[in-house]
Amino acid sequence: MTLEIIGISVLWLFLFLYVIVASIDFGAGFFNAYSAFTNKQHILTGIIQRYLSPVWEVTNVFFVFFFVGIIGFFPLTAFYYGTTLLIPASIALVLLAVRGSYYAFATYGAKINHRGYIYMYGLSGLLLPASLSPVLAMSEGGFIKMEGSQPYLDYWALFTSPLMWSIVVLSLTAVLYISAVFLTWYANKAGDAKATDLMRKYALVWAGPAIVTATGIIYELRDHNPEHFSRILDLWWAFAISFLLFAGTVYLIWKRKNYGLAFILLVGQFFTAFFAYGVSHYPYLLYPYLTIYDSFTNEAMAIALIIAFIAGLGLLLPSLYLLFRLFLFDKDYVKGKSDYHA
Amino acid sequence: MGFEDTVLLSRILTMMTLSFHILYATIGVGIPLMILIAQWVGIKKNDDHYILLARRWARGFVITVAVGVVTGTAIGLQLSLLWPNFMQLAGNVIALPLFMEVFAFFFEAIFLGIYLYTWDRFEDQRKHLLLLIPVALGAAASSVFITIVNAFMNAPQGFDILNGELVNVSPLLAMFNPAMPTKVAHVMATAFMASAFVLASIAALRLVQGSNHIYHKKALLLTMKLGFVFSIATALIGDFSGKYLAEYQPEKLAAAEWHFETEGEARLILFGVLDGEEPKYAIEIPYALSILAHGVPGAEVTGLNEFPEDERPPLWIHYLFDTMVTIGMWLAFFSFVFLFGTWGNWAIITKKWFRWLTVAGGPLALIAIEAGWWFTEVGRQPWILRGYLRTSEAATTSGQVDLMIILFAGLYFILGVGTIVVLSRMYKRNPVEKELADRQKGGKGGDPE
Ligand code: HDD
Ligand code: HEM
Ligand code: HEM
Repeated sequence: MTLEIIGISVLWLFLFLYVIVASIDFGAGFFNAYSAFTNKQHILTGIIQRYLSPVWEVTNVFFVFFFVGIIGFFPLTAFYYGTTLLIPASIALVLLAVRGSYYAFATYGAKINHRGYIYMYGLSGLLLPASLSPVLAMSEGGFIKMEGSQPYLDYWALFTSPLMWSIVVLSLTAVLYISAVFLTWYANKAGDAKATDLMRKYALVWAGPAIVTATGIIYELRDHNPEHFSRILDLWWAFAISFLLFAGTVYLIWKRKNYGLAFILLVGQFFTAFFAYGVSHYPYLLYPYLTIYDSFTNEAMAIALIIAFIAGLGLLLPSLYLLFRLFLFDKDYVKGKSDYHA
Repeated sequence: MGFEDTVLLSRILTMMTLSFHILYATIGVGIPLMILIAQWVGIKKNDDHYILLARRWARGFVITVAVGVVTGTAIGLQLSLLWPNFMQLAGNVIALPLFMEVFAFFFEAIFLGIYLYTWDRFEDQRKHLLLLIPVALGAAASSVFITIVNAFMNAPQGFDILNGELVNVSPLLAMFNPAMPTKVAHVMATAFMASAFVLASIAALRLVQGSNHIYHKKALLLTMKLGFVFSIATALIGDFSGKYLAEYQPEKLAAAEWHFETEGEARLILFGVLDGEEPKYAIEIPYALSILAHGVPGAEVTGLNEFPEDERPPLWIHYLFDTMVTIGMWLAFFSFVFLFGTWGNWAIITKKWFRWLTVAGGPLALIAIEAGWWFTEVGRQPWILRGYLRTSEAATTSGQVDLMIILFAGLYFILGVGTIVVLSRMYKRNPVEKELADRQKGGKGGDPE
C-alpha cells in the first residue's frame, strides 16, 4: 500500500462517517419540521433533542476533518477546488450556521421554538446535501475548466447537467432514508410506539426513491464519464452486495423485526457502495487534472500526518465509545427518564 | 474584476470572519478553566454557590461554543476558498498542526456533550468534574495548534525552496518555529485573562443592577483574582513577545513603535500622531523601547530604515499595539486595586462608579484581543508567509468574493445579535435567586422549564 492510498482511504472513511452521521442529523431536522407542519410535532421533537443535541458538534468535526485532511494530504486540491467552490461552499457554511444556531438558540438556550425557525432548520437539512453533493459531480470532470492557468467553474454546464441533478436527488433521498431507518430504531429503543410507526413509514416511503436514484447516477455516468463508468462495471459485484444489504434492511423494517440489525445492514449497504464508487474513481480527485499521485504532499508530511492520525484515533475511539454508551445505549437516557442537562 | 480587487476583498472577508470567530474562540478556550476552578472550589468548600456558578456559566458557555464551532468551520473552509495558493504551499509544510487540531476539536466536542448532559447524573460530583478536564484540555490544545500555524506564517522554517520546488520539508521544525513559544503562551494567557474579566463583568453588572446577593460577590471576587493573575502573566509574556519581534520580525516592532532609524537607548512612543517621521502629542518613555526589545536600556533597536519601502508594514499598527498594552496595564492595575480594596474593606469598592469600571473590564479585554490579533496580522503585511509569499500573490481569482462578504456580514450580524438576545433571555427567565430558592427546596434545579 502506498502512502497515497493510505491517505485517501483515511479521508474517504471519514467522509463516509460524515455522510452517515450528517444524514441522520439532516433528515431528523426535516422530519421534525414536517411533523410540525402537520401538527404532530410532539412525536419527534423529544427524540431529536435527546439524541442530536449532545452530538451535533461531533458530527460537524467529521466535516472539518475531511476538508482539513484533504488539504493536508493533497495540498494541490486547494488550488483547484478552493478557487472554484467559493459560492457553493459559502452557501453550505451559511446553512451549517443555521443548524448550529438552531441547537444553540432553540434547544439549549432560550428555547426559541418559533415555527419559522423550525422550518428553516428543517429546510437547511435538505439544502445542505443539495449544496455539498454537486462537488461529487464536479469531480467527474467537465465542469471545472481552465482559463489560462486558472481554474474556474462553468455554472451553466453544471446546472444543465443531468448527472449533477441526479446526484443531488440521490443525496436527498439517501439523507431521508438513512435518517428514517436510524430514527425508527432509536424511537423503538425509546419505547415510543407512535414515533416508531411514523419513522418506519417514512423509511419504507424513501427506500424506493433512494435505490432508484442511485442506479440513475450510474446510468448518467455512462455518457458523462465513460472511463469511470466502465470501471464501475468492473466492480459490479460490490454494487450487487450493496443491493442485497439494501433488500435486507427493507425486509426487516417491513416485517417490524430487529431494527438494530436493519440499521447495521443499511450502514453496510452504503459502505460497500461508497467504497466501490471511491475505488472506481481512483486515481482521480478531479478528472482529468488531478490524481492522488500528482497532488500528494511530500513524504515527510505524509508520514507525520499518518502518525498523528493513529495517535488521534487512539484518543478518539475510546471517547466516542463513552459518548455512545451514555447517549445511544443508555436505556434511561434514551427513554427520556432522566434529564441531566446543565 | 481585477486581481488586485479580489486580494483586497479576500482580506476583508478573512478579517471579518477571524475577528468574529476570535471573540468566541477566546471565550471557548478560557471559560472551561473558569468553570473547572469554580466547580472545584465548590466541591472543596462544600459551597453550593460555586457549584451553581459553574453550572450557570456552563449553560451560557454551550451557546458561545456553538457559535464558535460555526464560525470556526467558516474560517477553516474560507482559508482554502480565499487563499488557495497559500494553502497549497502551507499544506505541504504546516498541515500537521492543522490536522492535529481536528482531533483536539473532536476531544473537546465529545466531552463537552457528555459534561453538559450529565449534571447530577453521578453521585460523586468529582466524577462529573473529571469530565470537564478533557474539555479544557481540548480547547487549549486547539488554540495551541492553530496558533502554531499563525506562528509559522510569521517565522516560517522547516523547508527549503530549490528552483521553485519545496524540498527538505520537516513538519516538526516548521511547528517549533521561533515565533511559537511566545505566541502560544501569549494567546493562552490572554484567553484566560479575557474570560475571567468577561465573567467578572457579568457579576459586577448584576451588582450594579441592584442585586446584593452574596452569590454575585463570590463570583466577582473569584473572577477578579483570576483576572489579576492572568493579566500579570499576560504582561510578562507580552514582554517576551516584544523580544521575539526585535529578534525575528524587527520591521513589525519598528512600525509599531514608529522607530525609523536604527539606534540605541531607544524611547517608547505611546499614542500621538505622525508628522512626517516625527511623532507629535505623544507620551515618550526614555529607554523603554530598548528594554522591551532587548532588556537593557542601551541596546540598539533596528529601525525601519533597514527595510525596503515595499516591505514595511503600515504605520497605523502603532495604535493597535498601544491599545492592547494600555488595556493590559490598566486591567492589571485595576484588578490589583480591587483585590487590595476588598481585602482592606475600602469603601470605594462598593461605589457604583467603581462597579461600572469593573463592568467595563470584560469588553476592554475583548477589545485588547482584537487589537492584538490585528496588530500581529496587519504588522506582517505585505507578507502572508513572511519572506516567502506575498499576500497579493496568495488570493483567489474568483470574482464573487464581494457577494460573499455581504452574505457573511449578514450571517455574523444575526449570530452576534442572536447570542446576546438568547443569553440575556436565558438568565433573565431563570435568575439565580430563584434557582437558589428552588435548590433549597430540595429540587436539584436544572432545566428552567
Ligand atoms: C491560520 C492562521 C491565522 C490565524 C491564527 C489568524 N490569521 Fe489573520 N490572517 C490569516 C491567517 C491567520 C490569513 C488568511 O493568512 C491572512 C489573510 C492575508 C494575510 O496576510 O493573512 C490574515 C489576515 C488578517 C487580517 C488582515 C490584515 C491585512 O489585510 O492587513 C486581519 C485584520 C486578521 N487576519 C485578523 C486576525 C484575527 C482577528 C485573528 C484571530 C483569530 C487572526 N487574524 C488569526
Ligand atoms: C485561521 C485560524 C483559525 C481556524 C482555521 C480555525 C478553525 C476552527 C474550526 C474549523 C472550528 C470548529 C471546530 C468544530 O467543528 O468543533 C473552530 C473552533 C474553535 N476555535 Fe478556531 N480557528 C482559527 C483560529 C482560532 C484561534 C486563534 C483560536 C484560539 C486562540 C481558536 C480557538 C477555537 C476554539 C476554542 C474552538 C472551539 C469552539 C469553541 O469552544 O468556541 N481558533 N476553529
Ligand atoms: C500588557 C502588555 C502587553 C504586551 C507588552 C503585549 C505584547 C504583544 C506583542 C509584542 C505581540 C505581537 C507578537 C507577534 O506579532 O509575534 C502581541 C500580540 C497579541 N496580544 Fe499582546 N501584549 C500585552 C497585553 C495584551 C493583552 C492585555 C491582550 C488581551 C487580553 C493581548 C492580546 C494579544 C493577542 C491576542 C495577540 C496576537 C497573538 C500573538 O501574536 O501572540 N495582549 N502582544
